[in-house]
Amino acid sequence: MIKKIATLHSFKGWILTFILLGIALVLLPLLNLLVPEESVLHVPDYIFSLLGKYLCYALVALAVDLIWGYTGILSLGHGVFFSMGGYAMGMYLMRSIGKEGVYKSDLPDFMVFLDWKELPWYWYGFDYFAFTLLVILILPGLFAFTFGYFAFRSRIKGVYFAIITQAMTYALMLLFFRNNTGFGGNNGLTDFKRILGYSLHEPSTKVGLYIITIIVLFLSYLLSRYVVRSKLGRILTAIRDAESRVMFSGYNTLHYKLFVWTLSAFLCGIAGALYVPQVGIINPSEMQPSNSIEMAIWVAVGGRGTLSGALIGAGLVNGAKSWFTVAAPDYWLYFLGTLFIVLTLFFPKGLVGFFSRFSSKDKMREPS
Amino acid sequence: MDSPGAHIKDDSIDATHGCILYIEGLTVSFDGFKALNNLNLYIDDGELRCIIGPNGAGKTTMMDVITGKTRPDHGTVFFGQSHDLTKMTEYEISHMGIGRKFQKPTVFLNHTVFENLELALHAKKGVWQSLTRSLVGEQRDTIEEGLETIGLKEQKNLRSALLSHGQKQWLEIGMLLVQNPRLLLIDEPVAGMTHQETERTAELLKSLAGKHSVVVVEHEMDFIRSIANRVTVLHEGHVLADGKMEEVQNDPKVIEVYLGS
Repeated sequence: MIKKIATLHSFKGWILTFILLGIALVLLPLLNLLVPEESVLHVPDYIFSLLGKYLCYALVALAVDLIWGYTGILSLGHGVFFSMGGYAMGMYLMRSIGKEGVYKSDLPDFMVFLDWKELPWYWYGFDYFAFTLLVILILPGLFAFTFGYFAFRSRIKGVYFAIITQAMTYALMLLFFRNNTGFGGNNGLTDFKRILGYSLHEPSTKVGLYIITIIVLFLSYLLSRYVVRSKLGRILTAIRDAESRVMFSGYNTLHYKLFVWTLSAFLCGIAGALYVPQVGIINPSEMQPSNSIEMAIWVAVGGRGTLSGALIGAGLVNGAKSWFTVAAPDYWLYFLGTLFIVLTLFFPKGLVGFFSRFSSKDKMREPS
Repeated sequence: MDSPGAHIKDDSIDATHGCILYIEGLTVSFDGFKALNNLNLYIDDGELRCIIGPNGAGKTTMMDVITGKTRPDHGTVFFGQSHDLTKMTEYEISHMGIGRKFQKPTVFLNHTVFENLELALHAKKGVWQSLTRSLVGEQRDTIEEGLETIGLKEQKNLRSALLSHGQKQWLEIGMLLVQNPRLLLIDEPVAGMTHQETERTAELLKSLAGKHSVVVVEHEMDFIRSIANRVTVLHEGHVLADGKMEEVQNDPKVIEVYLGS
């Protein structure tokens, strides 16, 4: 088992991975705890929630890359899976507030506000973390499996698939906007107090969530790496490049597409669940069509079909977004659109693809 | 005399009557246009058959029906005596032992030559097996053998996008071979090939007959003359003539629709 994992990277790759993990898991928390606040080297508390958010986006990018970069199926609806994980976690966090809400009721504030007398049935169970965890791990994948089964069985592909996923996220957004749906309407779920008894306002809880996110991202990365380097991974790229040849080679491509689509939704749901406690809110705007499109852009920027590209893309675009929304909030979308056009025209393989042109290893396989 | 096909391990295909493929009364129409019109065709086990015919004669449509890509309006296609291909999906048909080469070379351009053969290799092809299993020695041997047969041993670690047009055609044939099929359907194997490449391809296909049944669709007359024992001429969706190359060539009906022009 360990031997198998060890072959996932070259020696250099593992060194790099562990250096990054060391910085993220040890160095940053130490700089926060041990270095006095006046020092330039001090890492302020808020950094952890911010980085935690980026790491969740990186996990989303990983998920989108599996289905789009490797298998060639563009999804513009991953916001749905992200939101499902997010809402499940949000419901648990709402129930954890107890009677400390504004109205001092056992029901979540928005329900009191709507004059609801009792908890809707689909909120049952979210008092328990174990149940919530189960929903987070199962629901997005199950939903994706069902949706994917019908779409792939009907051989919907390419731009048509992208459009129906976009329609799916839009429809669900409208559904969640309604107050009667019972998920807090357009305000969503917020004002969380604690998770598993730990206060969400404590810096230590924030660092804890950040560390868990890193570990989850690392494990998801290893899993994805294992998948794309197996024969199954080669079949996925083969489906992307020549699906009919794969079918005539005796593979039921429906099963392969369903597998990677479900895996992708599963990872995306986990990302959403980790995102909510660190950001403190989940609302239907996460299901805006533009959000799902942005997810695809992260992958395009970093480089489709490379896992490191997805991670880098998510980091860079969101870093830029954080800076832009402070410096020139009106221009962010223009910038994003321009970036996407320029990249598609001049760097179709993204940044990683662009730079790997100069590395010696790839010259073996590419024309010089 | 040995029963034909006795050398082939897979005994689920019943070819005891000497035929591997039975096409009977096959009709396919697209918006009223009959691409195939009551087509009857039988392929013997182990034979190399060439199919010719002008454009629109229904050659590719016939391949599509055999491989499950197109469903016929009427008629049956039996593989051996007991398997009705018109009720099966593409991957099931491939599993039964029918390999198809497309008109345009279709290989996995981003994979190496070796990986292309690995993916095509006859093996369990479920999701779980693909995720957990790696190649065993015997399978590597089969791939190496395939590389030898198609003459791409030197290029085995090359990305297949970098192969020449002819090499891609051979690679695709190699991918069919490692699937260990009973029947190979080969659509225009020498289109766009140089003279030398064409000759090598002819050698390759001739060496396959006997071990496999091979059906070749082709336009290139010299090439057909060099490989064919038996030629079937399709015209407007049905068989116009059938027999030895010389007979077919001198058939006035054939000369009128095809060879004469």
